[in-house]
Amino acid sequence: MGMAAEAQFHVLAVDDSLIDRKLIERLLKNSSYQVTAVDSGSKALEFLGLREDDQTNPSPPSVPSNHHEMQVNLIITDYCMPGMTGYDLLKKIKESSSLKDIPVVIMSSENVPSRINRCLEEGAEEFLLKPVQLSDVNRLRPHLLKGKLREQKLQQQQQQLSPPPPQLPQQQQLQPLQQPQQPNNKRKSIEEGLSPERTRPRYSGLAVV
Amino acid sequence: MLGLGADRLRADMNRLLALLFHQGVLDEQFLQLQQLQDETSPNFVYEVVTIFFNESEKLLRNLRELLLDKEFSDYKKIGIHLNQFMGSSSSIGAKRVRNVCVAFRAASEQNNRAGCLRALELLEHEYCYLKNKLHELFQIEQQRAMAAAVRYPIQD
Repeated sequence: MGMAAEAQFHVLAVDDSLIDRKLIERLLKNSSYQVTAVDSGSKALEFLGLREDDQTNPSPPSVPSNHHEMQVNLIITDYCMPGMTGYDLLKKIKESSSLKDIPVVIMSSENVPSRINRCLEEGAEEFLLKPVQLSDVNRLRPHLLKGKLREQKLQQQQQQLSPPPPQLPQQQQLQPLQQPQQPNNKRKSIEEGLSPERTRPRYSGLAVV
Repeated sequence: MLGLGADRLRADMNRLLALLFHQGVLDEQFLQLQQLQDETSPNFVYEVVTIFFNESEKLLRNLRELLLDKEFSDYKKIGIHLNQFMGSSSSIGAKRVRNVCVAFRAASEQNNRAGCLRALELLEHEYCYLKNKLHELFQIEQQRAMAAAVRYPIQD
């Protein structure tokens, strides 16, 4: 308890069913993840800071934008939702330059192979059958770690672009995953999106200890 | 002496649960709910089941209203309600309720109004039985918690 080096994962859960939101929230919190649960795809996009359409929305968003808070490390969404389906949401996320690298997992109560294939082809990491169980949540961990690794790499790249302030500890090129530099996760300068010059994540310089 | 009360109540609870599993009223998803309950979320099962009761009763009312309307024809709407009911009952482990929903949905897909009405009655019956048994379960749990608390009175 109180280990400052403990990595905090933030999951955004999307489901129109209140019971399933409660369930997924509990499952994720049980695994020590931080959870934000919303009841629709459009609210999810709002939270992620992406407008559903390109028009400016004069009314204040019903969900506070996540822009300056912790990054979302994984999105888990129901497939069957009124309005924007989970598949629609997945597509919008993968089409967005700022969000496409966030791993997305789809949940569905129905085992339809064509549906599963469609989602995986569109870039979903996993397809879980409802009701989701603890063993399913364990399968999410590698995707969360991958996302976190990418985020750390991005932080390193951004710090190399601007000289670090003197009070920061000297950053090593290779960092063991278990000890992320905790203050950096909360730094304002960590953009919510990726820098435009960034093309593909480069892992060749990173060795996992 | 009071300790025996808590133990006996726990045995009662387990017996009731075993019966419900044996009857197929509940399945292992209900156990998952119980596993998720801990000190940080001590009333989790009760909270989720309460939401289920509220939602289910609304759904049952809607279904009844739709089907009893003389001019009823909206089978699609029935399907939407049933999908929601199927999802929630599956999420809490209410196996028999879910199975009736499946049969109900089949009847609605065939535009079979008589079949739908029969399924609705069966669904209401199964739901009532489940609700009564879960209430019983919560009551025993509450008594057991109280008995256990009296056993270890808080010392000043």
